[in-house]
Parts: sequence; C-alpha cells; structure tokens
Amino acid sequence: MLLELKHIYKDYLQGKIVVPVLKDINISIEEGEYVAIMGPSGSGKTTLMNIIGCLDRPTKGEFFLEGESIIDYNENRLSDLRLNTLGFVFQSFNLMPKQTALDNVALPLGYAGVPLRKRKEIAFQALKKVGLEDRVNFRPSQLSGGQQQRVAIARALVNNPKIILADEPTGALDSRSGIQVMNLFQQLNDEGVTIIMITHDANIANHAKKVLHILDGEISDEPRKGESLK
Amino acid sequence: MLENVRLSFQSIWAHKLRSLLTMLGVIIGIAAIIAIVSTIKGTNEQIKKNLIGSGTNTVNVRLTESGDYDYEMEYSGLPKGIPTLDESMRQSLQDLDGVEDASLYMSRTSVDYIYYNSTALQGGRLIGADSHYLNTCGYIMTEGRHFMDSDYTQYRKVAVLDKTAAGSLFGDESPVGKTIDIKGEPFIVIGIVEESSEFEPVISSVEDYYNYAYDDSSSSGCVIIPDSVWNIVQQYDEPQNAKLLADSTDSMSSVGKAAADLLNEAVTNKDVKYRAEDISEKAEENEQLSATTNKQLIWIASISLLVGGIGVMNIMLVSVTERTREIGLKKAIGARKNIILGQFLTEAAVLTSLGGIIGTISGIILAEAIAKISSVPVAISIPAVVIAILFSMMIGIIFGFIPAVKAANLDPIVALRHE
Repeated sequence: MLLELKHIYKDYLQGKIVVPVLKDINISIEEGEYVAIMGPSGSGKTTLMNIIGCLDRPTKGEFFLEGESIIDYNENRLSDLRLNTLGFVFQSFNLMPKQTALDNVALPLGYAGVPLRKRKEIAFQALKKVGLEDRVNFRPSQLSGGQQQRVAIARALVNNPKIILADEPTGALDSRSGIQVMNLFQQLNDEGVTIIMITHDANIANHAKKVLHILDGEISDEPRKGESLK
Repeated sequence: MLENVRLSFQSIWAHKLRSLLTMLGVIIGIAAIIAIVSTIKGTNEQIKKNLIGSGTNTVNVRLTESGDYDYEMEYSGLPKGIPTLDESMRQSLQDLDGVEDASLYMSRTSVDYIYYNSTALQGGRLIGADSHYLNTCGYIMTEGRHFMDSDYTQYRKVAVLDKTAAGSLFGDESPVGKTIDIKGEPFIVIGIVEESSEFEPVISSVEDYYNYAYDDSSSSGCVIIPDSVWNIVQQYDEPQNAKLLADSTDSMSSVGKAAADLLNEAVTNKDVKYRAEDISEKAEENEQLSATTNKQLIWIASISLLVGGIGVMNIMLVSVTERTREIGLKKAIGARKNIILGQFLTEAAVLTSLGGIIGTISGIILAEAIAKISSVPVAISIPAVVIAILFSMMIGIIFGFIPAVKAANLDPIVALRHE
C-alpha cells in the first residue's frame, strides 16, 4: 500500500468553537492508481488534500506513506517528503513570474541539492516530457495557461515523485488546454505515477480510474445528485 | 549559498529604486564613518610623521621647579638636595628599556657672554655636555669634528656650535678653528652641527607651532662645550639634566617617564624634580583630543547606521509580505525552513553589504574632498574599510533576522492562499 489514511479527523478552531472538517476518513491508495476526490465547496476536500500532501497535520488518526507512519515526522522530514515523494500541481499554477520555464522546473532540484549544471539538464528533460522543449526560456507571462500548467507539472515531476497531487488542475484552463493536461496525467499514470486529483467537475473526475466522493467531511460511497455543480 | 546571492541580486535589481532608498541609511552611515576615520588617521599620521621626520627621538629630562618650569640657575641659584649625576647614573639611564643612548648635560639659557670678536650671541644657549650628548640630540656634523676623549681628559677649551649660533656669530665666515670668547675665556670652535635635515614639520596650527617649531636651542643658537671645562666659565655643582635617545617614536613617552623616575629617586629637595618633556607627549595629547571628538562623531554616525538597519528590516518585512505566495510555494514543493531563512538573510546581507560598499566609496570620496578643501590630511585605512563592509553585512543579518524568521515560519497553506 502506497498511502493509507486511517480514522483521520481534522478540527479547526473558529474563535472558541471547534469546527470539525474531516470526520473519520479512511482511504487507501495503491501504487499506480489514478484517484479523483470529488466534492462541493466546503466539503473538506482541500483540507484532505493538504493532509495527503503533508502540508497540514490531522487532529487525530494515522497516516502511512509507503508503509511508514508519518504522523510524528518533524517539519524538515515533511519538507523532504514533499520534495522527493510528492509532486504538487495547483489550480493557479504558482510559477515564479520572473524566472524562465527552465528555472521554474529546476527550483525543487536546488532544494534537493542537485549540482547547478545537472539541474538544467534534468529540468530540460522534464520539460521535454510535457512537450515544452521549445519553450524553455519563456517566462510564465509569455506562455498560455495550458502551457503554464504543463510547466508546473514538469516541476512536480522533476524529482521523480511517487505521487502527483493535483488541486483543480484544470480549474483555470479552457476546455482544450484542460484536455491536454488530462491527457498528460493519463500518460504519466500509464508510466506508473500515482495521481491523486481534487476536482468538483464530474467530467474531469471521470478521467480517473477511481472516484472518491466527499461530503461534509465524510467519504460517501454514492455520488449525490447535482454534486458536479458548485 | 552562491545561488542565494545571485537570487538576492535579482530581487534587489527588480526593485532598483526601493533597494537604493533602503540602502541609503547604511550608505550615509558608512560614508560618514569612513570619512571620519580617514581624517583621524590622516591627522595622526601627520603628527607621527612630524615626529619621525625629526629623526631624533630625543627625550629631554630636565630639572623643573614648582611644577612645569625649567629650573633656571640665573634666578634660583644653586638648588639644594640635588644629586650629582655621574657616569654610573648615565649608564643606568642607558640601560632602561627602549633607550639607545643617554647623556648628561648642564645648560644655561639666554646667555649674553659669548662673543666672536665684537659680535655677541643674543639669547643663545650654553651647554656643558658629556661625550654622548651630540649623539643623543641627533645632530648631524656638517663641518669639523666631534668632541674626543682627549678633549675631556686634557680639559681642552673647545666648542661645537649649532648652525644658528654659527650663523649669527660668524656670518659667512667658516667658524672651524676660530676662537670665540665665553665669559672672557677663549674657546676654539671644532665643529658645526645641524639638526636632522628631514625635520620639516607641517605647521598648520598654533599648537603645531609650539609642538614642533618652538625650541629655544634651535631658535637662537646653541654653543656646546665639554662638561669638563664647564666650571671654568660657570660654577661647580650645577644641576645636571639628561637627554635620552629612544629607540622609537612610540617609546619616547615611556622612556622619558622611566628616566625621570630614576633621576627623582635621589632628589631630596621637594621643590624641584626631574620631568621628561618630549614632543610625542604633546602630540599624543593632541591625538587623543582629536580621537575623543571623532569618537563622538562616530557614535553619531552609528545612529545613522541603526536607522539604516531599521529601514532594512522594514523593507524586508514588506518584501516578505509581498512574496508570501512565493514563500508558500517554495515550502510546499519541499524547501526546508532553513532554505527560506537563508534566502532572506542573504538578501538582507547583500543589500546592506552593497550599501556598505557604496558607502565606503562615497566616504573615501568625501574624505578626499575634505582633504582638498580644508587641508586636513587624510589617510584611508584598509582595516577600517574591511570592518565597515563586514559591519554593514552584519547589520543586514541582524536586522534581516526577524523578517527572515517570519518568512521561514509562514504556513504554506495560508501562504498559498494569500493574494
């Protein structure tokens, strides 16, 4: 089992009131799976994503990554997990606006301590994989939304992560670019990368092999009516 | 690390005007300090140069009465309770630390009984010297010969004149071999001495004049005779003074004090004592005076640095807020806390170091300008430059610390949501 969440709870404090966001979440994901987590706004899907992405800690519960419990990991070890095991793709791309596509992709390599010369080479290969080898020296502002998201995917890929986490990856894209991005995910999944994707769009979720529905902080087995609407 | 520096330059360059304004406090502070330090150093070097330029390092230890006045035989008569200084005392003076040579001498100032034919030496000085005297004074023999041992043992009435005395007594005539008249006794001139010719102090103030130029032995002439014939023209048991040759300009003060202490041991008269007077002491007083005022100036300039540092902190805090998303992203994709901390600390340090470098250059230009306008000598101190740049770097690290910690502690979830 690549990833296992057992009885995960997450509460937020709003003033003095404890607001439960996640209630008894149990998820297990095998290596090579392609999972979509679907749910409307406020359902707790982003919180779940943050916990899976080691950006946030659950209030209660157990979390195993590659068979190892990471609940007690300190901040640096969580950073290293995000660096080496996980790759993030965001709705709003989050690229460095003043750096070229190549430098953006090479950024995590720096944190991994890869020597400067090697970084460019690895980053170039990652850009080639997403079909942007002719855009390496372009800045984000010179690229279309779809191209920017592909740069972001190349950045997520560059450290060869086991899992790619995508938070509404097509949310800011037109449908054609969206399809390109989804095709790219499909291609990566075929190569063995586990993909976990958050979306509220049923059409996008249908690209995944497994769809988990979340509502009011609980995983529900049946999709509810009108769930794809915001 | 190097990459952090590169990133810092990128972000400083991206906000050129803002960076320049942020650096301004540091630039002004460092420029002021460099200018002040250069001026202090220049002044001190000038003072030292004036002293070393004299080439003599001579310390005069004279008998003084009621404080600082030289003991005047003409007015006070023979003093009581004064030891007779002999060769063994001279030897122990010479054995003091930092002493190269020591001599004992007797002197009368403002003498009016030295003649060559009918020409009188006005207000000159008569000195009864031992065989070390000419050496300890650092005189250069320009004509004739030094005193010889036989001059002392055979009580020869011979005299050495300094250039001034020779000039006023003989005019253009060559004095060597001529006979002069001291209190009715004939003395044969055997040599002419001159003060070390490199002694050309720069006189730019009244203090300088008193320090370097006012010296009665050189102003109105000086006639030196062997101490063995002193009592032919003067009295027995006259008080003796000492002249010491220090091995360096720096040791003049300590040598003088040690010698005066040694001589005072045998003085039983409470009204008189030996006191060392050397020009380096006066010069040091001047140096210290200027150093104290300038230290206060440095403190004032440091306030500007403090203000500059606070400015840097302020801008770095703004920068952290502006770049919250960037920081959040970097943390999300795996940057450890220390990487973010290092990035912002480096940026602050690069910013202030740059300010320090610009400030140093401005300070040097300022110092040179001061030198041109006010004729105050200026010397650029390399250690001061290095310290200034390191110090400004330190300011960046100190004042950049709070913003950097703030950046490093940002919660990536919150930071990513930041607009």
